[in-house]
Amino acid sequence: MVPLSYYLTLGAVLFVIGVVGVLIRKNIIIILLSIELMLNAANINFVAFSHYLQDITGQVFVFFVMTVAAAEVAIGLAIIIALYRNRSTINVEDISLMKW
Amino acid sequence: MSSIVLIPLLPLVAFLVTGLFGRWIGPRAHWVAVPAVAGSWVLSVAAFLEVAGGATLHETLYRWIGSGSLNVDIALHVDQLTAVMLLLVTTVSALVHLYTVGYLHGDKGYARFFAYIALFTFSMLMLVMADNFLQLYVFWEAVGLCSYLLIAHWYEKKSACDAATKAFVVNRIGDFGFGLGILLAFVTFGSLDYQAVFSAAPDHVGQTINLLGWAGGEWPVDVITLIALLLFVGAVGKSAQLPLHTWLPDAMEGPTPISALIHAATMVTAGVFLVARLNPLFNLSPVAMDVVAWTGGVTAIFAATIALTQNDIKRIVAYSTVSQLGYMMMACGLGAYAAGIFHLLTHGAFKALLFLGCGSVIHALSGEQDLRRMGGLKSAMPITYWTFLAGAIALAGIPPFAGFFSKDEILWKAFSSGGTGVLFWALGLVTAFLTAFYIFRLVFSVFHGRSRVSKEAAHHLHESPAVITIPLVALAILSLTVGWVGIPAEGMNAIDPFLAPVLQAHEAAEHAAGHSGVEYALMLVSVAAAACGIALAYAFYVVSPGLPQRLASVAGALYRVSFNKWYVDEIYDAVFVRPTVALARALWRGVDVAIIDGAVNGVGRVTQAWAALLRLMQSGQLQHYALFMALGAVLVVGIYFFR
Repeated sequence: MVPLSYYLTLGAVLFVIGVVGVLIRKNIIIILLSIELMLNAANINFVAFSHYLQDITGQVFVFFVMTVAAAEVAIGLAIIIALYRNRSTINVEDISLMKW
Repeated sequence: MSSIVLIPLLPLVAFLVTGLFGRWIGPRAHWVAVPAVAGSWVLSVAAFLEVAGGATLHETLYRWIGSGSLNVDIALHVDQLTAVMLLLVTTVSALVHLYTVGYLHGDKGYARFFAYIALFTFSMLMLVMADNFLQLYVFWEAVGLCSYLLIAHWYEKKSACDAATKAFVVNRIGDFGFGLGILLAFVTFGSLDYQAVFSAAPDHVGQTINLLGWAGGEWPVDVITLIALLLFVGAVGKSAQLPLHTWLPDAMEGPTPISALIHAATMVTAGVFLVARLNPLFNLSPVAMDVVAWTGGVTAIFAATIALTQNDIKRIVAYSTVSQLGYMMMACGLGAYAAGIFHLLTHGAFKALLFLGCGSVIHALSGEQDLRRMGGLKSAMPITYWTFLAGAIALAGIPPFAGFFSKDEILWKAFSSGGTGVLFWALGLVTAFLTAFYIFRLVFSVFHGRSRVSKEAAHHLHESPAVITIPLVALAILSLTVGWVGIPAEGMNAIDPFLAPVLQAHEAAEHAAGHSGVEYALMLVSVAAAACGIALAYAFYVVSPGLPQRLASVAGALYRVSFNKWYVDEIYDAVFVRPTVALARALWRGVDVAIIDGAVNGVGRVTQAWAALLRLMQSGQLQHYALFMALGAVLVVGIYFFR
């Protein structure tokens, strides 16, 4: 039996990869993927605790998270397409109009 | 609701209609205002007759303030004194309204003028009908406001605006004292109702108030004297007595109907009315009575000496008003309230007449007010001349015109009151002589002699239209007849007994009630003084017109003092106005600009500096924001774990 701490470590590593990805990558699609990575890191924790505590609630919650993540990706990609059509770029550094 | 409510209500309605809809009714404004005031005149006559029948009318409209022991009603109270004032105010107001139709014909502020003058009439009526101090005070301020608005009727003229401001500010000084007096009266007597105050006042005789209590000192002052004097300060301001008289001559910048109505017949007499109305209070304080009498007496002769040498015809009459108001104050101060009110009444008639006569002359000469550029107008304007002459005779005090009876009543009361009374009599007599001289100087310079009218003014010279001459004739008739209610003979004097229920004569004046041979002898003396004044004026301005010039150069210093109005304006300018302006300028530059503006601008600048700094954080880079968010989350969780 794999101990709980292994799962939690995996979740933490995935989450940090996601955070770093969001903070340093310039391609918007990669950033979106990194966000998915963070969501799934959370999902791993949910499932691990669910199993450990013998409580099904955590796994139910994971389905909701997945649904929301799917919806978010759909909207995110739509925004990216609209952005690309208008500005011909998906580099976040070039999209910096929202400032003083 | 009795009909006395309509007396002030009609002018108020006229004010609202002409004020709100003046833009549309414009030159037809008098169709609203004149009938309204005429209506309130009719009702005033009715009210007077009712009061003459022995009734006292009282109507409480509503409770205005009810807070603890402070209960103030808006009420209309018509007793004998008020009835007399109502007659005076509505009569003069109605005639002046009519006169204005001709005088301001074609003026672009026509409807505005009628609105203000109707508002004034309303306020003045409410003032005289008040039955408590606060209502009196409110409408006291309201008439002051109307005076201000009307003096500045021609607001494009700087001198008119300055005069209006001056009138307002000087009155404010008086009203400040008045306000303090009312507060002290409430603190002392626990009520603002006339009747309550008058019945409580005798219990407070001799009570003192420590004026230096706040500083730990001792300065006990008789409380009734203090109240009376503070209230009198208000009367001094409103009635243009020394030392607050300077606003009234300047107020002549306003249109002439205003000078007649507000600055001669009604508003300025409010101070005299106040002292008479509050006579139970003043009677309890010999000190206050002395102050009132001396202020009045000195003002009477002081203003008369100035009137001798002025050249602006309206200013001469204005100084004459100040002087005559001094007479009335003197009478009140001597305890002869009825004589003061009697003179107020006759003065209202003949002084309004003189002002309206001046207005008629000014109107005929296309705005000329300097008597050096008049002369010989008698034949061109006969109605104005004869009516003006009637007013002048009444002012000079020649029987059987009105001024004679009231003036001699005052002189007799002064003479017979004993003590310093003879001194006041002498003051009054000299003033009577000066009065006769200056008013006939005016008459002779304007209407007699050679014409000194400029060519273009002479071209337009004409008698005024009927709307102007009818009020003149009406007032001339009044100037002749009003005095007959006070003929000084047994059983002939109607006004003293009529006013007796309201005006308790002071003991000093009491024993002078009878008529004796001495009184008739004194009358001869005063008529002789007036006749001398007229004769002197005739010699100076008709027989040998060069004489005044030579006299002026011989008595140069005296002439200059009189011509420059005893330099009062200059002294006030140096002592009060300029230091105040300098102080204001220092406060403006030092406190306002440096400290207050500096603080406000400093707050703005600090905010701006911080904003400039914080603005750098708004890079527009999405990932910077994300980084801050992540760091924030770490920080929050970190605090949660490691605190």
